[in-house]
This record gives sequence, C-alpha cells and structure tokens, in this order.
Amino acid sequence: MEFKESQAIYLQIADHLCEQILLDKWKPDDRIPSVRELAVQLEVNPNTVMRTCEYLQQYDIIYNKRGIGYFVSENASKKIIQLKKERFLANELPQFFRNMYLLDMELDELKPHYEKYKKSNFK
Amino acid sequence: MISIQNLSFSYRKNKPLFEGLDLNLEAGYIYGLLGKNGAGKSSLLKQMAGLLFPQGGVCKVMGYEARYRQPDFLRNLFMVPEEFYLPQVRINNYVKAYAPFYPDFSNTSFREYLEEFQIPTDQRLTEMSYGQKKKVLISFALATNTKALIMDEPTNGLDIPSKSQFRKVIAAAVSEEKCIVISTHQVRDLDNLIDNIVIIDNHKIIFRQDVDAVNDKLSFKTVSNVEDAGSVLYANSSLRGHAVVTENTDKEQSRIDMEMLFNAVLEQPERISKIFN
Repeated sequence: MEFKESQAIYLQIADHLCEQILLDKWKPDDRIPSVRELAVQLEVNPNTVMRTCEYLQQYDIIYNKRGIGYFVSENASKKIIQLKKERFLANELPQFFRNMYLLDMELDELKPHYEKYKKSNFK
Repeated sequence: MISIQNLSFSYRKNKPLFEGLDLNLEAGYIYGLLGKNGAGKSSLLKQMAGLLFPQGGVCKVMGYEARYRQPDFLRNLFMVPEEFYLPQVRINNYVKAYAPFYPDFSNTSFREYLEEFQIPTDQRLTEMSYGQKKKVLISFALATNTKALIMDEPTNGLDIPSKSQFRKVIAAAVSEEKCIVISTHQVRDLDNLIDNIVIIDNHKIIFRQDVDAVNDKLSFKTVSNVEDAGSVLYANSSLRGHAVVTENTDKEQSRIDMEMLFNAVLEQPERISKIFN
C-alpha cells in the first residue's frame, strides 16, 4: 500500500480496509486480519492500526469479538458508502469544483468522460 | 518503564550536555528520539543503558538505577549502538556466547528475523558488510525479548529493501510489555512506526507528544499562498507550493511530516508548547 501525503495514516489505513470490503474481498462476518498482521504488512505501528479499527468500529463498519478479533459488520458496505460520500462531498468535491470553475467547465461536459471511464474500468 | 529525573551531565566542565532533563517513557510504545547533531541523543540512550552515569539526578529503567547495571536490569535491556563491535565468530557461536545472558531469548524468532533480512548464517561475522552485521545485531536485539529495546540510528547503513524489512520486524515486535526507543535522523524511514515523538535540544527535552495529539493539534499541508494558511508555525517552499505547519483549527487530521514537525519545534518552541498545553 502506498501512503499519500495529505491524510493521517490511520485514516488512509481505514480507506484501505474499506476498499477490501467494497471489493467483496471480505464479506459480512468475515474476520479481518489481526492488528499485528496488518501492522507488519503495512509497515506501521500496531497502535496506529488499533486506532483505525476503533475508528471503523465507531461507524459500525467492523465489530469486535473480545479475544478473537475484528469482524466485518452486516451492513458494512452500505455504511462505508455513506461515510465515503459524506467525506467526498466535504473534502474532495470543493477542490474538484474549483478546478472546473477555473477551467470554465459545466457539469454536462463531464458526462461522456464519466461514462467512458466507467466503461473502460469497471465493465 | 524508563524514568529520568533532573538529569545533568557534561563531558567537559562548563559545557553541559543535559541540565535538569526529565523524561518518562512507558511500555507499549515506540519512541522516536530526534535532535540535531550533538544535541545528546546517543548520550541520552547511553544513560538509559547504564553506559554513561548521571552527574546529577537519576535515570531509572524498570525501577533499577541504570548506573548500577544490576543483572536484572541488564537481562531486560538491549541496546543497538550506532558503532558496534562483533567478534570474529559465526552466528551460531555468537548466539551460544551471548544468548544465555537473556532468559527470554528466542532462537526461533532470531532465525526468522535473519531470514527476513536474508542474512547467510554460515559466514563469520567479521566477513560481513556493515549493513549485514547491523541486521544480525538488530535480529539478535529483537530476539532477546527484553522489556527495553534501545536503538541508535538503526536504519543507518541499511540498503533500500532492508528498510522495509526493518519496519516489518519492528511492527511485529511491538507489545504491551515492551518499550522501544529509536534515535534517528532518517525520520522518513520510520515515520509510520514511531507513535511518540521526543525532541531533545538545548540540554532538555523540548517536545514529547504522541502522534494522536500531534494529529489533533497541528496541521501539515501544502498551500499555494502562505498568507491563506492562517497562523503558520513553519513553512518550507518548493515548486509544488509551500509546505506549512499550522495550528489545526478545522478538525481535519493530516499526515504528520516529522521533518516539518522537527523544524517547527526547533524554531518555535514556545508557540508549540503553548498549543500543546
């Protein structure tokens, strides 16, 4: 996993874990790798991964079984999408709009690009 | 775990290195000790290991005064110094000679660490390169399972792939009983491993915070205009814009840039300590 510059590491790890759930690699009630395994794999401090897990637990994306580990919640995907949408609207969209405005672009112009992108990447 | 109170020390008269230095470190964390050249990082680590003695104050590790180097203290502390000597023997004989001093030494983990670092085990230690020797020593240090693990510039001399291996083995070694102290100039090698930042300057510890607190209180970002960034603590300009450290006013948590943090703390110690108190 490649860490970007802007976001706190524990949030970047949260995104990484959420991606595994959205891609269906981990399904509801699957146990996710242990804090230690993730820390070694991502080469980060286990306390940072712990913080990620607490954060995801707070949003009901994963749940904790004492002594066993963390598991994917029933409605994890839904909750991730909701959380991501909120964060996208709050953080990334303003920057995106700003660029559109500077380039004098309208939303209609984007549609064919978006359709093309969906076709070439997710079909 | 490690408790230093009112420590004073100098190598030469009238040239104090530490004056009234206080520092408390707990188990379960990785402390990154940062400081300029000559600020006393290595000397402070040597105090913790009982290799230098306080001229005033006390340095205690697990309740033992380090200077007395009692057996129970030595059994539970390992230090990887920046400059070290390894005898002219093969790895097996090294383990035979030194492992018995450490009751919790694990030969299994030692072999695993050596394998992770891809160290050939049939060579004499003196026939190895500096980097390879260092990896042997780091592997041995981790395998001793001591409660206190002190490393002075551990990534110095390691090649690019072994820095990643180093991060993996350290991440695996963290436990609630263990206190790991690492001094470094190469903060980029270790910034995701360190969860507590300790900065030494001007004879004292001038900064000691965990990364959560830093995330909450400070913000690290790149802006196109320094004036827009609010109250800037430190700025560094490049082609991409101005990298700045500011007070975190909008609850957004940014990735900590330890080099920027270090520069900010050295330049604005009073403002920084105000923000954290």
